[in-house]
Amino acid sequence: MNILVILFPLALGLGLAGLAAFFWCMRNGQYADLEGSGWRVLQDDDLGLQGDPVRDLLDEDAPARHRDERQPA
Amino acid sequence: MAAQQDLSVFVRHGEGGVAGMELAVEGIRCAGCMHAIENGLAKDAAILKARVNLALKRVTVEWREGALRPEAVIERLGALGFKAYPFLPSAERDAVTLEERRLLRYLAVAGFAAMNIMLLSVSVWSGANGDISPVTRDFFHWLSALIALPTAAYAGRPFFESALRALRAGAVNMDVPITLGIVLALGMSVVETANHSQHAYFDGAVMLIFFLLIGRYLDQMMRRRTRDLAGNLAALKAETATRLMPDGTAVTLPIAAIAPGNLVLVQPGERVCVDGVVEAGRSEIDRSLVTGETDPAPIGAGAQVHAGTMNLTGALSVRVVAAGAGTLLDEIERLMNQAVESRSRYVRLSDRAARLYAPLVHATALATLVGWIAFGLAWQQALIIAITVLIITCPCALGLAIPAVQVVTASSLFRRQVMLKEGDALERLAEADVVVFDKTGTLTLPEPDLLNAETVEAGSLAAAGALAAASRHPLAQAIGRAAGRPAPLSGAQEQRGLGLSAMVDGVEMRLGSPAFCEAQALAERVAAEHPTASLIAWRHGDRASVFAVGQKLRPEARACLEALARLGLAPMILSGDRESAVAAVARELGITQWRSGLRPDEKLHVLDDLAGQGRKVLMVGDGLNDAPALAKAHVSMSPISATHLAQAAADIVFLGDSLAPVAETIAIARKARTLMMENLWFAVLYNAVAVPVAVAGFATPLVAAAAMSGSSLVVTLNALRAARQPAAPLAQAAS
Repeated sequence: MNILVILFPLALGLGLAGLAAFFWCMRNGQYADLEGSGWRVLQDDDLGLQGDPVRDLLDEDAPARHRDERQPA
Repeated sequence: MAAQQDLSVFVRHGEGGVAGMELAVEGIRCAGCMHAIENGLAKDAAILKARVNLALKRVTVEWREGALRPEAVIERLGALGFKAYPFLPSAERDAVTLEERRLLRYLAVAGFAAMNIMLLSVSVWSGANGDISPVTRDFFHWLSALIALPTAAYAGRPFFESALRALRAGAVNMDVPITLGIVLALGMSVVETANHSQHAYFDGAVMLIFFLLIGRYLDQMMRRRTRDLAGNLAALKAETATRLMPDGTAVTLPIAAIAPGNLVLVQPGERVCVDGVVEAGRSEIDRSLVTGETDPAPIGAGAQVHAGTMNLTGALSVRVVAAGAGTLLDEIERLMNQAVESRSRYVRLSDRAARLYAPLVHATALATLVGWIAFGLAWQQALIIAITVLIITCPCALGLAIPAVQVVTASSLFRRQVMLKEGDALERLAEADVVVFDKTGTLTLPEPDLLNAETVEAGSLAAAGALAAASRHPLAQAIGRAAGRPAPLSGAQEQRGLGLSAMVDGVEMRLGSPAFCEAQALAERVAAEHPTASLIAWRHGDRASVFAVGQKLRPEARACLEALARLGLAPMILSGDRESAVAAVARELGITQWRSGLRPDEKLHVLDDLAGQGRKVLMVGDGLNDAPALAKAHVSMSPISATHLAQAAADIVFLGDSLAPVAETIAIARKARTLMMENLWFAVLYNAVAVPVAVAGFATPLVAAAAMSGSSLVVTLNALRAARQPAAPLAQAAS
């Protein structure tokens, strides 16, 4: 019984911490772009410019590849 | 005249000497594009920050004040292979975003509270047969109250506010029984807990708020998404005007930066972008987007011009005026206000359900109270049972029944490039039984096209196309397009009011009026075949051809009308154009009911008459003259090529050239309405089972919680069926 006095505030505190974290994310604009963030993970901005195969692959002709399938939206 | 570009109106000036701008970018498709743009812009030392929003297809760029002209950012993006358009976030859109964030915060708080209270409630329920001591149970109830009361006060605000608004206006909406249910449930639970009773309904009240907020949030998200896309499309149109400065220079400015009193230059072949009075110049203008009339009209100094008209032959300088009394725009605005008033009388399905539902439920609760007292129960206990009835009937499923279907349907329409501006447009569209089309720009394509391509010799079309490409006249451009956009002939000269000429192989080649090209005899023959088309003749030595250029029907127009007939809708044309042109289109599409030469107010009269006969009208139109009719009709659609005012007045906007979305959207809307009705009937069924249980006094908090979440789940799952593709009406028509 006495353990409840500790456990419930603890559970509530954890929940509140989660809620606060959610609000913090929202204010930081983390939900502004739900598609882009997933791809940003794959960018190796911290590895320097040379010898990064992913970067080369992505950089090369991304716009050119899409140019013909672009629609006049 | 090389006009300088000026985009300073779009630049946002932040703190610490940082300037920023938001751009809508065409062709962002994947992470590669995002990467290319961000890295490409980051290489420029002047640019402090460039961030792509992949979901919205927008880029935010920041630079040090004065280090960069905003036009340079667009050039940079152009060099990277992306076409970018500056974007002016409107105040309205900001308000929508703020509202969405507010709802998301409420939703987060309600979700947190619902889960924690449920944690406590489940413990109480599982100890119900004596495993839990009364002291612990009271402790848990008080803890629940501690979480539930502030949560309801905070996250329940959207419902309380809306209910108060409705009551103040003397009406009842769905939020009234919701508010009453929440407040009574919480109040009763506090009293019960103070009396050390076994049952408290904190979990039910908070769960109700949580589920209903999900519905509210989905609704808001749908609206915001439509507005984001509409904003991008508006930016992509990139409407600019050439302003003549007092010192004689010309500057290209976005429309947003043009103020009344400015002088604007409109070149031949350009669309007039402002409302104003012609100061100098003389020309012919095509008013088809404004009045539906396809015949060009001469215009000179002192005449009124409207945004959306096409300047054909000569340069005009136009003094911009705001809509003054007595102008067409003023008249249209007056008609719009009238029309919008009559539209607001429509009662949404959910509100209609609430009107039936609220009195019924409240009467049942009252009857329960009186009945139990008459039966000999103490009034406190009778009151508790009556309140349980209210809690268990609280319209959780009803609150989700309609928004859930709307959201699922809206995203399925979104994939078909149809934008829904109001959720209740679906209900109204499903009821429509007459389709009224505007002709010019709605049944037909907005730009003129070559009509007799198959009878003209290919060689002469190619030669004429090359000459036509040198002109910006819309009729010449139609020939250029039909010839496959050849490179313009060098040395082509424009003969004002007559046509074009150029020397080819030592012989003069001409393109213009039949008289100018001495091809009247041939022209008469072509005119007999295409009575409504404009004729353009071509002559090169002995060879001559006559091209008929006119309004072509939108692709799939006929299939769409067949599908509409299959869906049981009667088509009708109301056009501002002349009789012969309307008759030709009506004959071609097999539409028997049509009226021509209508003014905007006459269109309204026809719609009034139809409404008087009890018909529900779907209006499809694009012109400025259609805007009042679009606002007045039971429900309205407009193509993306429509004028601003028409698009703003329409409930639904469809992208692309094809007319097929009209029939498709109706089929989808009908399916959505069926699902909504199913959901409402399910809610009725649920109440039919739950109410007797509650009236009998058997409804414990556990029963209430299970019933509430169970019914919400069923309704939501049923709504998901709206995403499944209905049989395409066009495919049926084709088979």
